[in-house]
Amino acid sequence: MTYKKRFDGRDWLELRPIEAKAGVIKNADGSAYFKIGKTVAYAAVYGPRELHPKFLQNPKTGILRCYYDMMPFSGIGDRVRPGASRRSKEISMVMEKALAPVVDLREYPNTTVDVFVELPQTDAGSRCAAICAAAIALADAGITMSDIVSAIAVGRVDDKIVADLNYDEESYEDGPVADIPMAILYNSKEISLLQMDGEISKEELARALEIGIQVSEQIAQIQIKAIKDKYMVNNNG
Amino acid sequence: MDKELRNYTVQLLQKGKRIDGRGLTDYREPVTVRSGISETAEGSAEVHIGDTIVMAGVKMSIETPYPDTPDQGGIMVNVELYPMSSPQYEPGPPGQAAVELARVVDRGIRESKAIDMKKLCIEKGEKVWTVNIDIVTINDAGNLFDACALAAVAALRDAYFPKYENGDLNYKEKSKKKLPLLKEPVSVTVYKIDKSFIVDPDTDESEVYDARLTVASTPDGQLSALQKGGDMPLTVEDITTMVDIALEKASFLRSKLTGGK
Repeated sequence: MTYKKRFDGRDWLELRPIEAKAGVIKNADGSAYFKIGKTVAYAAVYGPRELHPKFLQNPKTGILRCYYDMMPFSGIGDRVRPGASRRSKEISMVMEKALAPVVDLREYPNTTVDVFVELPQTDAGSRCAAICAAAIALADAGITMSDIVSAIAVGRVDDKIVADLNYDEESYEDGPVADIPMAILYNSKEISLLQMDGEISKEELARALEIGIQVSEQIAQIQIKAIKDKYMVNNNG
Repeated sequence: MDKELRNYTVQLLQKGKRIDGRGLTDYREPVTVRSGISETAEGSAEVHIGDTIVMAGVKMSIETPYPDTPDQGGIMVNVELYPMSSPQYEPGPPGQAAVELARVVDRGIRESKAIDMKKLCIEKGEKVWTVNIDIVTINDAGNLFDACALAAVAALRDAYFPKYENGDLNYKEKSKKKLPLLKEPVSVTVYKIDKSFIVDPDTDESEVYDARLTVASTPDGQLSALQKGGDMPLTVEDITTMVDIALEKASFLRSKLTGGK
């Protein structure tokens, strides 16, 4: 058996439809909505604000904290129990590492910038959507950033290298699968998130990473447009 | 409490005015109900009241019934005050405010017998459906009581059973069977500030009120849940006035349920 045609009919390297919007949550200092296929992420940024408890403060710079959370009804199967899980803690951590390289908080010592991401519905690629939303929200909050971060999962389904796996592809059972979520800095093309689970050869990995970098540019354009759109609207009153 | 804000609010109210120019029993604009906002939920809705945004989602699960009601399903209501929605909230388990909200919404639905619990029975004494209603805050700009209750009912209206055949539960497909919703209970919370009564407080008004009364009611005018809150007591006369206002505004909120799809 080989994987001949994608379950949802896309080309191998075609991304699912993407929508992005900045400034969707009024109370937040910055916020964003990011949708890719059936995966939806909201991000809200609060800060820079004073960090408690004090021993966590860094007198040299502000720090970035991320909180990834799936809404209880956002999973395809059973209800997701509210509150932090082992999975959500790990994703929160890798999100921080994915975004931190572009965020400069040296002007705000002893503070924290908190990024909260909530997902009302998911269909794979939720950590990538979370990072994309968070990057827009950070820019919307006016945080100094040296680059934009875009994230996408690439990988293999059977003998095909694919971009933006959906849930059906992640759980493909007639052959080996590799799911590789990655985050890419738009200008430097460096990779700030890399995880993988599944089976893949060294050569296929190299190809998948190249593809990830390539397709991430489409996402970055959409993120940048979302930020610009909000700015334009504000200018026109 | 911010004394200046309180004095200013009271002065305006005495003249029949509010900070944002509304009448005392006007809701903020817009009040919108949008259902089907989460494809992974069996039913879902997003409610806006002014700048306040909440979402509700229904997940159905199969459980063993309680021994004293072997032929009835159950409901569960949970509210999460997301730190995303306000600088006041922090990550962590639900605190008093979230639990109170959830319990008041729960009573409004449960006690009005809005859901036919017997229709949730799959196999007497063995298997029943539990209706899990999760309500989450996206932007808290005041009046979560009314927004959460409205979102919960809107999500229930939108809910279909997942496919269940020969003992196999398939969440990926919805059946054509709607959740048996008999009534649509709606909550209106009336706030007392000094001698005035208002509905739908914004963030500022939420900080300076004396007492509040949440009234859940069904279209026939029956009350299904009450919750008095705030630091000051109420007289019987106050309560009568507040219930009158609540019943009148309930039909306004209920009209948003049908117009909102």
